[in-house]
Amino acid sequence: MSSTTAGAPPVAAAPRVETPFRRFVSEFAESRLALFGLVVFAVIVLVAVLAPWIAPQDPYDLAQLDIMDGRLEPGSVGGSGITHWLGTDDQGRDMLSGILYGLRISLTVGAGSAILACVVGASLGMLAAYAGGRTDSLIMRLVDLQLSFPAILAALMILAFLGKGILNVVIALVVVEWAYYARTVRGTALVERRREYIEAAQCLALPTRRIIFRHLLPNCLPPLIVVGTMQVARAIALEATLSFLGLGVPITEPSLGLLIANGYEYMLSGKYWISFYPGIALLVTIVSINLVGDQLRDVLNPRLKK
Amino acid sequence: MTVFLLRRLLQAAAVVLVMSLLVFLGVYAIGDPVEILISPEADQIERERAIKALGLDLPLWQQYLVFLGNALRGDLGRSFVFNEPALRLILDRMPATLELAVGATILALLIGLPLGLYAGLRPHSPVSKGILAGSILGFSLPTFWVGLMLIMVFAVQLGWLPSTGRGETVTVLGMRWSFLTRDGLAHMIMPMVNLSLFKISLIIRLTRAGVRETMLMDYVKFARAKGLSPARITLVHVFKNILIPVVTVVGLEFGGTIAFSVVTESVFAWPGMGKLIIDSINVLDRPVMVAYLMVIVLMFITINLVVDITYSVLDPRVRLEGK
Amino acid sequence: MPPTLEVRNLRTHFFTRAGVVKAVDDVSFAVDRGKVLGLVGESGSGKSVTGFSILGLVDPPGRIAGGSILFQGQDLAGLSEEEMRRLRGNRIAMIFQDPMMTLNPVLRIDTQMIETVLAHAKVSREEARQRARDALGQVGIPSPEERLRAYPHQFSGGMRQRVAIAIALLHKPDLIVADEPTTALDVTIQGQILAEAQKLCAESGTALIWITHDLSVVAGLADDIAVMYAGKVVEEGPVTQVLDAPLHPYTVGLIGSVPSRNHRGEPLRQIPGMTPSLLNLPAGCAFRARCPRAEARCAEPPPMAEYRPGRFARCIHPYEEAAAA
Repeated sequence: MSSTTAGAPPVAAAPRVETPFRRFVSEFAESRLALFGLVVFAVIVLVAVLAPWIAPQDPYDLAQLDIMDGRLEPGSVGGSGITHWLGTDDQGRDMLSGILYGLRISLTVGAGSAILACVVGASLGMLAAYAGGRTDSLIMRLVDLQLSFPAILAALMILAFLGKGILNVVIALVVVEWAYYARTVRGTALVERRREYIEAAQCLALPTRRIIFRHLLPNCLPPLIVVGTMQVARAIALEATLSFLGLGVPITEPSLGLLIANGYEYMLSGKYWISFYPGIALLVTIVSINLVGDQLRDVLNPRLKK
Repeated sequence: MTVFLLRRLLQAAAVVLVMSLLVFLGVYAIGDPVEILISPEADQIERERAIKALGLDLPLWQQYLVFLGNALRGDLGRSFVFNEPALRLILDRMPATLELAVGATILALLIGLPLGLYAGLRPHSPVSKGILAGSILGFSLPTFWVGLMLIMVFAVQLGWLPSTGRGETVTVLGMRWSFLTRDGLAHMIMPMVNLSLFKISLIIRLTRAGVRETMLMDYVKFARAKGLSPARITLVHVFKNILIPVVTVVGLEFGGTIAFSVVTESVFAWPGMGKLIIDSINVLDRPVMVAYLMVIVLMFITINLVVDITYSVLDPRVRLEGK
Repeated sequence: MPPTLEVRNLRTHFFTRAGVVKAVDDVSFAVDRGKVLGLVGESGSGKSVTGFSILGLVDPPGRIAGGSILFQGQDLAGLSEEEMRRLRGNRIAMIFQDPMMTLNPVLRIDTQMIETVLAHAKVSREEARQRARDALGQVGIPSPEERLRAYPHQFSGGMRQRVAIAIALLHKPDLIVADEPTTALDVTIQGQILAEAQKLCAESGTALIWITHDLSVVAGLADDIAVMYAGKVVEEGPVTQVLDAPLHPYTVGLIGSVPSRNHRGEPLRQIPGMTPSLLNLPAGCAFRARCPRAEARCAEPPPMAEYRPGRFARCIHPYEEAAAA
């Protein structure tokens, strides 16, 4: 574990050294399913990034929409000559394009909130571990309180007070997620703090900042990565749920959740595709992240090592 | 046991106090309390009178005490929309949510425990791998989307089940229940399945992990060395041990189920607390939001307390330490 | 009359992904009525797996790959799981190593005892309870009626082991396999339990296999001794003869590393090296890497041979006279 920090001796000459990273990669690749998840997720990210170039239509450009094309079945050809492989919604918007653009928003919100929550949570967790005493117990009480309260409710309330909007959704997600990171970092940091190398660093009178960033934080990284991966999936699901309930992203920036919500009323008349395909996209995204996360947890968890 | 109970009750009271402060600050300090508590349609004179009546001209700590005093008397304000006491509105809707949440929990236990037990006892069989894969899917599926798909398949395509509402209800103990009528039960099935999906996955995983861990214990091997039948070993020796973590998690999750019924109730237009709170948020009916929050907090604390007590009954080691 | 238990060429192998682990590889021994056999070896020598094999409690990926286990003349390897279950806890009982782990923490002592009675005897609950109470009294637990209603965590380690022994005795078995039952206990309690075990065998005619790594325990308790190393019995014979004049270099080393009063002030002798991994063990004598007398011929598997009447060893160049002293 400490090889990343202990200042590994220079082994430049030896080819194919078993570095911790290489071992990590080969262990991760042991699970075909996880590898598959990783590839699927990479493809999803790629198409989301490239959406403006590969989508058949710009779903935000009202000039390209034709209300006459509304609610077309999958595979039908619209008035503009585009084949709508996944059908159209009530506005005549191509569902495939809508999904590609929706993925961008879902992924941005998910990843953005996870990164922000990680920064906030990790800092507070580190502060708790390092300061100890009352600061520690105050922060941990907050963590307990946060974790005992269902995320969906906390997020709903925050959005109720703040109102809709991508930024507000991100804030709500950060508020409900920071505690996981804080708990993880504090737990790991408390263990690492007692190790000899930290004591040695303290004896050398290294500045606290250096000890935290160069010594403690790198060791908290593996559990943080595991928690982070799982939280991205959770954030994406939560954002979709909030948007479905009408409290998430605004209509002008439809995420997958909002697309699904838009199809709700047409569902009862048998026009399934408006809700169905965005749901599949959401499902595949979440499952692929969870598959990767599951394997990461197994590989990075030293307790499971035999 | 009495000391243990008393200590837990005191802790619970402290948490309620803290939460009431948080809710108070959330509603009164963030945003304009006048805007929050007084109907936007009120004119200037009404507003001033209301500000005086509500004591909004007092310092914040005094306002908190007033809020607390009212809350203790069960007065959490009146709904703007329904013009009814907010608390009563919530309590009216509570049976609908409770029957859904309890039904989902029972369903989850009925499905999750046997499947988890099987997967734990035969970890390498293909069926167990299928069960495990299913539970991963159950974790990943967005609840609301599954709900929509259920409606699409069973209500729209097959026409087997009604898609929305509570159906016919019966009044028992002054509350309306759906699960006592055929029609009500038919309405309950889909929301119940939807709400239990996540819990089934959770229980499968917990049970499976618990069984695998317990099967390795010396006392299971000793039980086999005693010549007990496999059924007795599984159902008494293993099961009683895994029941402890399962009961704890299921109990603690019950609060989460009630919270999450917000989503299920919205999908199936089930008129419970969850649907009410979403509607209230959409029309900014803040007294209802406050009342809902306080009720939920109280429920959570009660659930925690009940779980702790059940836990101590199930696990003799805890029971004695508490004495 | 056949011996109570006769194990012939037993092989218990574990078929793991990394390869076959031959935990027990060609082990033979016999125990007569009322006799005590000490099965001695370091951890990992296969002595516990031998014990579990006798009771049919080897879990996958392990299984009995060969040999026979004759209990009162009947081969246990040929029995169905249900027939085996009817013997376990009834005619053949087992006592485990760690008394803190053998009793189920969430069940009361009476539950755990009564279920054992009812598993093998058609008696009323009250009768079963009576038997449980008597068994507790027999192993020296004071106020058994009251203790029946207690949970395991309310007992000390020594008391728990007594409860486990009482459970083993419930059906007056013909054979008890005791897997290091005193290792986790205090020395004084260890002494008491040993004395009781000896008395029991002499009185009831129960055959006892006492698995241990502690030669001093065996010295005072057993009639015969079988020393195991790397899944094989390397030496076997009457306990006093083996301890006084060991044949196998491993037995010599084992005896030499027991601290004793006679060697006070001298550095303790120890066997160099480590127990080999049982995975893909090379052919030949498994002890040769650590053996002071090893030679080229040791690369051939040594046969079990009778060097003196009743004295067997698996070594091509045994110590012919007392070498351990």
